[in-house]
Amino acid sequence: MRHYSIPSSNPEAADLEHEKRLLEIRREAEARGEIKVRGVRPIGAPFPKASPQTGYYGIPLLKPPQWKAEIPLYFFVGGAAGAAAVIGAIAHYTGADRKLVRDARWIAAAGAIISPALLIADLGRPERFLAMLRVFKPQSPMSMGSWTLVGFGGAASAAAFAGTLRERYGPSFPVSVVENAGNAASIPLGLGLATYTGVLIGATAIPVWNQHIGDLPMHFAASGLGAAVGVLELIGHSRSRALQALGLGAAIFETCEGIRIQGRTHAPLAPLKHGKSGAITRVGGVLSGPLPTALRIASAFTGRGPANSLRRWAAISSIMGSLLTRIAWLQAGRVSAQDWRQPLDISPDARSWPD
Amino acid sequence: MSVTAFLTDSTLCIGCKACEVACKEWNQLSEDGLDWSGYSYDNTGALGASTWRHVKFVEETPTPGVGGNAGEQATWVFSSDVCKHCEIAGCLEACPTGALVRTEFGGVFLQPDVCNGCAYCVVACPFGVVDKNHEDGRAFKCTFCYDRQKVGLQPACAKACPTESIKFGEINQLRAEAEERVRVLEQRGMQDASLYDPTHTSVGGIHTMFIVRGDARSYNLPPNPEVPTHYLRKGWTSAAISAGLLLGGTLLAFLTDGARERR
Repeated sequence: MRHYSIPSSNPEAADLEHEKRLLEIRREAEARGEIKVRGVRPIGAPFPKASPQTGYYGIPLLKPPQWKAEIPLYFFVGGAAGAAAVIGAIAHYTGADRKLVRDARWIAAAGAIISPALLIADLGRPERFLAMLRVFKPQSPMSMGSWTLVGFGGAASAAAFAGTLRERYGPSFPVSVVENAGNAASIPLGLGLATYTGVLIGATAIPVWNQHIGDLPMHFAASGLGAAVGVLELIGHSRSRALQALGLGAAIFETCEGIRIQGRTHAPLAPLKHGKSGAITRVGGVLSGPLPTALRIASAFTGRGPANSLRRWAAISSIMGSLLTRIAWLQAGRVSAQDWRQPLDISPDARSWPD
Repeated sequence: MSVTAFLTDSTLCIGCKACEVACKEWNQLSEDGLDWSGYSYDNTGALGASTWRHVKFVEETPTPGVGGNAGEQATWVFSSDVCKHCEIAGCLEACPTGALVRTEFGGVFLQPDVCNGCAYCVVACPFGVVDKNHEDGRAFKCTFCYDRQKVGLQPACAKACPTESIKFGEINQLRAEAEERVRVLEQRGMQDASLYDPTHTSVGGIHTMFIVRGDARSYNLPPNPEVPTHYLRKGWTSAAISAGLLLGGTLLAFLTDGARERR
């Protein structure tokens, strides 16, 4: 409840005086963007306006992504699991080290179990995830991704379990059928899982995402590959030349991608360059691009002992970089949605109050 | 009735917010809190999970001679915002559960018993309409009063509107009416009146058209809304290329790895 002091003698005249003063203050606020009168402190001044230059009081037109921290974490886990499944399957077909095949398959299977758990944590209740499987909808990347994840879960865990059974109890016909089917299916499904998240966030109304959709799937695939290679190296495959080559490839791609993001002068990409989301993008970019590239190249020119340790550091850097990259993209989406200028085709430098 | 639509005429709106209240009452939506925004008399701000009608207050400095405004006072144009029920709806395309459906009246209806709260529709809407209710985790938006239309009633907001600023009717008829109304307004000297119906973009037109005065951007109406499926081709092409590169790269890396065992 507010109390105004109204002079008792002639309230009408006093009201007029107040009105006049109020108009003066408003004009001053409009003209200067602030008020210098003593004792007057209007909350929120300078006042935002609704106009073609300022939008609707600078109120964001779009709704920000409502996803919690589980979703960037899922992008990270799913991307790494998808790439690990591809590594496992190809390693199996090319007759690489058996332990590498087994470990890659188990990483994929673990990711396939953690991923739905993260999604369920975001949705709130387990049965809500089942609602994803009511329809098969090619025009919805979320629907495609859900089916891919479910299929991937089956394929990756089948390959991992059957492979372990075969190694422990010797080959048998049903076990090889399951293992081969799982192995074969985990290639396309793993590739899908590692790339679809880029399409998922790209095909939205959020400017920073949809203006980068051409790069996002590749960016995320490289990020997932870097993380998968990193995890494999950390659990004892830091001598594999194939993994070194893949890790180097992913890191070089991420370096180029980082340069491209920071170099593009496209207004909707501003959240990737400025503020908190820009800082996370840069740290994530350095950790997944230039740093592991340098460490891996250095490891090629050093003795076995230091090379191992350099590769382990490159692995840690890639994993951290991949996680930070996913967090950065989600954060950039939130910032981008708050910007009322982009969807209204208003200059990116405009303010919500008139000059 | 066949395909229906709203025509919201801001030149007739008096900013009474009866539509907001009628919508909340009929659909049993919770209140949004009572915070003074300072943005004219609009303390609602935007559409949301519990706000399916929202009256915008565009406050302007006086334009002498137009609409009988005179002197020192500010002028207002009010416009009641609502889900646009797009011809090609981003939310509907994005929904992975089939909770969002197109009704026989042409509106986009969110079935709350099917929605699982994935919130993909929230980022798929180019108008920022759909919102997630964080208390129960599902998304909500205007139903176009599907329940009322089903039994031949007009939507609650249109019914409650005291000035017929919110008109409800058959879509083609309303489009014709809207064009006629803009012509009449121009004849009366309101040269800045225009119809907002983005048929030129991938959204392909909306089922809730607006007659606004001045630039639509003052009302947070995007000049070029695009349905996100518009970006899909580019996205999946990139995904296919990256899948190819990932597969090829992995094959190459393992085939050239001298250390592999021969089976």
